[in-house]
Amino acid sequence: MDFEDTPQEAAFRAEVRSWIDANAPKHLEDQLKRANFGDMGITSEDPIQACKAWQKKKAEAGWACLHWPKEYGGGNRTPMERVIWNQEEGIFRALGGLFTIGQGMCGPTVMAWADEETRRRMLPPLASGEEVWCQLFSEPASGSDLAGLRTRAVKAEDGSGDWIVNGQKIWTSGAQNSDWGLLIARTDPDVPKHKGLTMFFLSMKSPGVEVRPIKQANGQSSFNEVYFTDVRIPDSQRLGAVGQGWEVSLTTLMNERLSIGAGMSTGFPQLLSLCMDVEVDGKPAVQDSNVRSKLAQFAVREMGLKYTGMRAITALSKGETPGPENSIGKLVAGATMQDLAMFALDLQGQSGVIWEKDGPHDGRFQAILMRSPATRIEGGSDEILRNIIGERVLGLPGDIRVDKDVAFKDIPTSGRKKAAAAA
Amino acid sequence: MNLDFSDEQKALKDQVRRFLEDRGGVAQMRAVLTSDASYDKDLYKGLAELGVLGAAIPEEFGGVGLSHLDLCVVAEELGRVIAPVPVASSIYLAAEFLLQAGSQAQKEAWLPKLAAGEAIGAFALNEGEGRMGPEKIKASVSGGKLTGTKSPVADGDCADVAIVAAKSDSGAVSLYVVDLNGPGVERRTLGSIDPSRGQAVLTFSGAPAELLGGEGDGWHIATQVMDRAAILMAYEQLGGADRALEMARDYALERMAFGRPIGSFQAIKHMLADMYVSATLARSNCYYGAWALASGASELPVAAATARVSASQAFQHCAKNNIQVHGGMGFTFEYDCHLFYRRANALALALGSVSTWEDMLVDRMTTGNVAAAA
Ligand SMILES: Cc1cc2nc3c(=O)[nH]c(=O)nc-3n(C[C@H](O)[C@H](O)[C@H](O)COP(=O)(O)OP(=O)(O)OC[C@H]3O[C@@H](n4cnc5c(N)ncnc54)[C@H](O)[C@@H]3O)c2cc1C
Ligand SMILES: Cc1cc2nc3c(=O)[nH]c(=O)nc-3n(C[C@H](O)[C@H](O)[C@H](O)COP(=O)(O)OP(=O)(O)OC[C@H]3O[C@@H](n4cnc5c(N)ncnc54)[C@H](O)[C@@H]3O)c2cc1C
Repeated sequence: MDFEDTPQEAAFRAEVRSWIDANAPKHLEDQLKRANFGDMGITSEDPIQACKAWQKKKAEAGWACLHWPKEYGGGNRTPMERVIWNQEEGIFRALGGLFTIGQGMCGPTVMAWADEETRRRMLPPLASGEEVWCQLFSEPASGSDLAGLRTRAVKAEDGSGDWIVNGQKIWTSGAQNSDWGLLIARTDPDVPKHKGLTMFFLSMKSPGVEVRPIKQANGQSSFNEVYFTDVRIPDSQRLGAVGQGWEVSLTTLMNERLSIGAGMSTGFPQLLSLCMDVEVDGKPAVQDSNVRSKLAQFAVREMGLKYTGMRAITALSKGETPGPENSIGKLVAGATMQDLAMFALDLQGQSGVIWEKDGPHDGRFQAILMRSPATRIEGGSDEILRNIIGERVLGLPGDIRVDKDVAFKDIPTSGRKKAAAAA
Repeated sequence: MNLDFSDEQKALKDQVRRFLEDRGGVAQMRAVLTSDASYDKDLYKGLAELGVLGAAIPEEFGGVGLSHLDLCVVAEELGRVIAPVPVASSIYLAAEFLLQAGSQAQKEAWLPKLAAGEAIGAFALNEGEGRMGPEKIKASVSGGKLTGTKSPVADGDCADVAIVAAKSDSGAVSLYVVDLNGPGVERRTLGSIDPSRGQAVLTFSGAPAELLGGEGDGWHIATQVMDRAAILMAYEQLGGADRALEMARDYALERMAFGRPIGSFQAIKHMLADMYVSATLARSNCYYGAWALASGASELPVAAATARVSASQAFQHCAKNNIQVHGGMGFTFEYDCHLFYRRANALALALGSVSTWEDMLVDRMTTGNVAAAA
């Protein structure tokens, strides 16, 4: 039981630290320090280019996708070395946000399901940040119930073996910046819903792909609608067998929970300093007993998350595979951030309403307030995560599924009902 | 970094678990609860023979000389079966007081007996309702004689020796070793929500008292020792929380209502998932505490309060929902649910209530230890 580096780890840390010190884009440091939840904060240059430049620099020196094999553009390092890198990268880690979905979810899926040639072609530019990927899973009628999706892929009639895709995806983060997309589509509507799906990847520049930004509740536009009109995908861009798409998607979703949940902070340190700054009854809020009780509650959650993460890293470094129990990271962080933001605004009093970058406390808690509802939904909603913990960790029976053995085309969906009413 | 116990410590844990299960597990707690006994003497003797009581006591004082990490895994197992033995009072507290502040002679006099289970120790701090602080201590020692009333004293009904917080001749809060079988000591067992760990009121009228540590250092030493005890107690709470969760899970799998196992209803499934989350966060915080305890890190006060708050609430959360999942059966005396509910709520008050520890946590985070919390 210790937090010490082994001599090798210490040597690795020293090497990483000096490389980062010599190469990081320090001119962005001040802006990154004032980043808020949902907003990287870079205004002095194009943030996308800033992300790509840092990733490229890392890749050239062998620091990109540390845990991936070298032949796929990675660093072939141990899980512990990756953790050390992340710690040392510190504030500049925010510049990796553009690649989280690609490197954290799409990459592992390609690695697990593509043939060798495809891996060698697709993975290195993903690792180096030259190509950005997005995840084309959710649809208007199928988010949690992903297997209920309706985007169709059918074999082209020209005998080319290509697939023709029609349909719509929604909430696709980063589609507007992406070169490639990981797409799950229905290839057989006559079998039960989980059985008729197939996974592909496609160029987002393909004719017939249209990306329309969605304005989010917090005012930003990081996710999109993506429309497919007779989009042609070569069969060589299929991942897994026809009809095996559900199984393939589980690789993505498992990695999604890990990468969203890992090492999430709830904003506690900022709350603590707020409590030293603002006053209650003429004294710093931190001296008020009500405030103290709440602060302690947030503290034990923040620390519980932190040390849960460290236990997971310990398991990883012993060669164990992180399991569904890691679902708790995002489940706890999402709800805690939201509660914490509401509490912080309460302490700010009527000024809590002000949301300006140069306003009280940089508008930080307001940004958390406005972005945290999404954390409780994206990548598996709170309720879906509780089901996962209940069923996969505690071994409780699954929910009763009324649509399990029904052919997909015969399942009622909300979208369809509406269509029927309109007709 | 390695936030885990060693293979030897895990083996010790298994060994203690088997030992406790062989003796009947939770049935031992029920037996004490429903009898006049203040604790399970056979079990206590067995734990002493197993070397568990003396695990963290050095060999020169009759212990086994393992580390506090070993004591943590033992505590978790005691918590799982809500063992009806005065280990917390005698080992986490009395023995720790002697180890941290005792003179060579005091250590030699008491530690071998505590390790062997031949004597039981207790910590007599409280003097009535409300949050405890140094200003509330009225008991006093004059010319080596203690006068005053301590209530409640955990395991005060069966203890042979107590560490008593009292004012010295000069009025400074100090600690004293008092032989409870000597003259000038009266005790009365109190009714309690958890009679498997007795509570007593101790009345001292001129009982011989020997200073422990420096005069006037009493509150300081007590704070340090209670931090250490809090981490060990958190492991008991963690064991209890896990077991209550397992009971609820098992019942949810087997109990049918409306033609299906109740565990298939999301109201129950999600309740159990939330219990799992509490227990997992508490476990992680306990690991942090164990590390601080064993390494003597400067973060020990923060880690202790964190583990304490987290584990108290996890045990309370799991114990109350365990009854809920059991429906009407959960409210019968026959089912074990109430045993865990009693223990959870009693342990949440031992060493000071949750709100007291919340307050201490914030104090400690805001005085120089902010980095540790972030
Ligand atoms: C910021 C953000 C970014 C996103 N990025 C992407 C992306 O890049 N790519 C992508 O494919 N998708 C993305 N999503 C979509 C996301 O995965 C879905 O929103 C999510 O899976 C929930 O689906 P839904 O919105 O259709 O809600 P629904 O599934 O309709 O859920 C509505 C409510 O019902 C509850 N519910 C549903 N099923 C159950 C059940 N079985 N038991 C109990 N309660 C249930 C849900 O918990 C929720 O509270 C993103 C979403 C957000 C908010
Ligand atoms: C103090 C007391 C007095 C009582 N007095 C009487 C009396 O005078 N007369 C009498 O006839 N009965 C009486 N009862 C019985 C009482 O009505 C039942 O205990 C109660 O209906 C719950 O049923 P159960 O105990 O079988 O629990 P179960 O039905 O087995 O429930 C176990 C758990 O599963 C949950 N659960 C069950 N079904 C669902 C569902 N569909 N969705 C979500 N969760 C579900 C429950 O909420 C509970 O948490 C009394 C009970 C108590 C505790």
